[in-house]
Amino acid sequence: MAIAVVFLPLLAALVAGFFGRALGDRGSQVVTCGAVLLSAALAIALFFSRIIPAHGPQIVEISHWIDSGGVHVDWALRLDTLSGVMLVTVTVVSAMVHIYSIGYMAEDRSIPRFMAYLSWFTFFMLILVTADNFVQLFFGWEGVGLLSYLLIGFWYDRGSADAAAIKAFVVNRVGDFGFALGIFTVFVTFGALDFDTVFAKAPQAVGLSLHFLGWQVPALTLATILLFVGAMGKSAQIGLHTWLPDAMEGPTPVSALIHAATMVTAGVFMVARLSPLFEYAPEALAVVGVIGGTTAMFAASIGMAQNDIKRVIAYSTCSQLGYMFFGAAVSAYSAAMFHLFTHAFFKALLFLASGSVIHAMSGEQDMRRMGGLWRKIPMTYAVMWVGSLSLAGIPPFSGYYSKDTILAAAWASGTAVGRYAFCLGIIGAFMTAFYSWRLLFMTFHGKPRADAETMHHVHESPWVMLFPLFFLALGALAAGYFTEPYFVGPLRDAFWKVSIFVLPAHNPLPRIEGGPAIIGFLPLIVALLGIAIAYLFYIAAPNLPTMLAARFRALYLFILNKWYFDELYDLLFVRSAFGLGYGLWKSGDGLVIDGLGPDGVAATARELSREASQVQTGYLYHYAFVMLIALVALVAWLLFSR
Amino acid sequence: MQIGLVHYLTVAAILFTLGTFGIFLNRKNVIIILMSIELMLLAVNINFVAFSAFLNDMTGQAFAMFVLTVAAAEAAIGLAILVVYFRNRGTIRVEDINMMKG
Repeated sequence: MAIAVVFLPLLAALVAGFFGRALGDRGSQVVTCGAVLLSAALAIALFFSRIIPAHGPQIVEISHWIDSGGVHVDWALRLDTLSGVMLVTVTVVSAMVHIYSIGYMAEDRSIPRFMAYLSWFTFFMLILVTADNFVQLFFGWEGVGLLSYLLIGFWYDRGSADAAAIKAFVVNRVGDFGFALGIFTVFVTFGALDFDTVFAKAPQAVGLSLHFLGWQVPALTLATILLFVGAMGKSAQIGLHTWLPDAMEGPTPVSALIHAATMVTAGVFMVARLSPLFEYAPEALAVVGVIGGTTAMFAASIGMAQNDIKRVIAYSTCSQLGYMFFGAAVSAYSAAMFHLFTHAFFKALLFLASGSVIHAMSGEQDMRRMGGLWRKIPMTYAVMWVGSLSLAGIPPFSGYYSKDTILAAAWASGTAVGRYAFCLGIIGAFMTAFYSWRLLFMTFHGKPRADAETMHHVHESPWVMLFPLFFLALGALAAGYFTEPYFVGPLRDAFWKVSIFVLPAHNPLPRIEGGPAIIGFLPLIVALLGIAIAYLFYIAAPNLPTMLAARFRALYLFILNKWYFDELYDLLFVRSAFGLGYGLWKSGDGLVIDGLGPDGVAATARELSREASQVQTGYLYHYAFVMLIALVALVAWLLFSR
Repeated sequence: MQIGLVHYLTVAAILFTLGTFGIFLNRKNVIIILMSIELMLLAVNINFVAFSAFLNDMTGQAFAMFVLTVAAAEAAIGLAILVVYFRNRGTIRVEDINMMKG
């Protein structure tokens, strides 16, 4: 059954990908949606029938893979609560996105290709979450990266989409380089790559150090930080986040599935999966916490000033991933996973709903040209409210439970990093509420700012798009309330069993109750404040934002231009890479290789042979004369040499 | 004055040298080259006959006959080629025959 869950999407992808032309658009939609729906149903059945009753991880062996020297790697599926939660989340969200795509991509020219990519992505994501060793994890990791590239660049006739796809791929390579180095470090330290062996040896590895270029490096800290660099790339944390907003060039279902609900959360999943390593590397956890906390605030601040509806949600994703990371950093892995789970629902919902808005607005994405839509598309409006309430953390919506737990855990951890992350998290929560309602008010309220032609065409999406929205809205509404006791509440130990490892001294969850009451209410207060200010700015006094932007022009430009990260990278890396490439092309290739190398030799030979051929005059008497002279010389030599 | 072997050989050498210079110094046309070759062959023939008489050996005179025959055939073929060449190229000036120029 586990194998079916993982491989059904691959099968569907192969069928739709290779025989899409024969199947037609409808056929490939049926095949992929059917397979992923079946996979989701099986995943849920698997979760309740096999994962919940079991006591420890179950390994489903598929085959041997690598057996070379000291390296032994198998294809195997690791089933425990952690991978079970991910299996259910991924397959369910993926199934909803598949169904939604039928409606959203109805006008597209290459539907079979799109559906095949979606299913293929689902397969790689499932391989990633069920990985039993680092190599298989890396396989899934690279696979989702590849599909992310293919799907961002799905509309390959748009130059901006190609550029975004390349950017995503290159930035992810930076992270993956760290990830690969991390795997090497793990292998050097532990001599094994499968999780069971590595986790069992982790306590003994504390204090071990590696010699590297004359340095003494603590092995475990180095390995975990390098692995986290991989997570930073994939989960778009500050520094390696620049690709995620650009990735919105892809079709909206892709943004919902890959760049909100599943792939970008792989980094968080990885940290939770490797909790037995991270727990013994407190320095690495501190790095995770600082990066996560900073990202949570930083991305939210950018989100407040963006005008593209999808970019706002993209920065929101970036920010929410920051929350998950600092949750994991204070050893509240279960809270991070809880937020991952609820976030998958409400963020996929927000993306799909914004897709529905874009669909209604005939492709318009700029919120400055929307407004006054709520009467025309009431159902999209309603689900957008649900998603935003959940995102902002208003009870009883899902986001409230998970985000509050993370913030409370950050405070309860008592460490300096935890306090830092908590403060930035609170600021981020305020900003989150502000930009969410800014989005709602700008898109749905006020006077229509689009032209009459577009407004006339505004229509509610078809049912095939609305059904996934309602389903995900249900998740965003209720998933948090019903699953909270299991994820982070009193039943958490029985639920997670051994899949997440936390040193008792680190665990902040039991200490949450003892904290001051204000800590529990603070996120809610700032969220309501954010909503109120958004109301003031965009409904009550619409002139206020412009005035403030003019008053604090430098600050406004700073966040509007995304903290100038793109410009900085352009200056530091892109320009220098271009300069290096140009220099190598002109001097290295042009002067040295073409001048002295093969081309130089060829030119010299050509010149010499041209001169040699000058000897051939073509006149018969010259040849005869040379023959005679040579004959005379030969005879003379024979006569006089003796 | 006794006409001896040396006189014959001298005449033959003069003829051969004339033929050689006829080939090299001729810029006009190919027929002169053919004629010069004939001249060189005749010089060789004089050598053959002179040595034959001097050595009392008939082989040399027989060989001279062969050389004459071959020279006739060669002249015929050479002239035939020349005619065809003239038809194709419109000239038999030695200076224009330089297709092998590199």
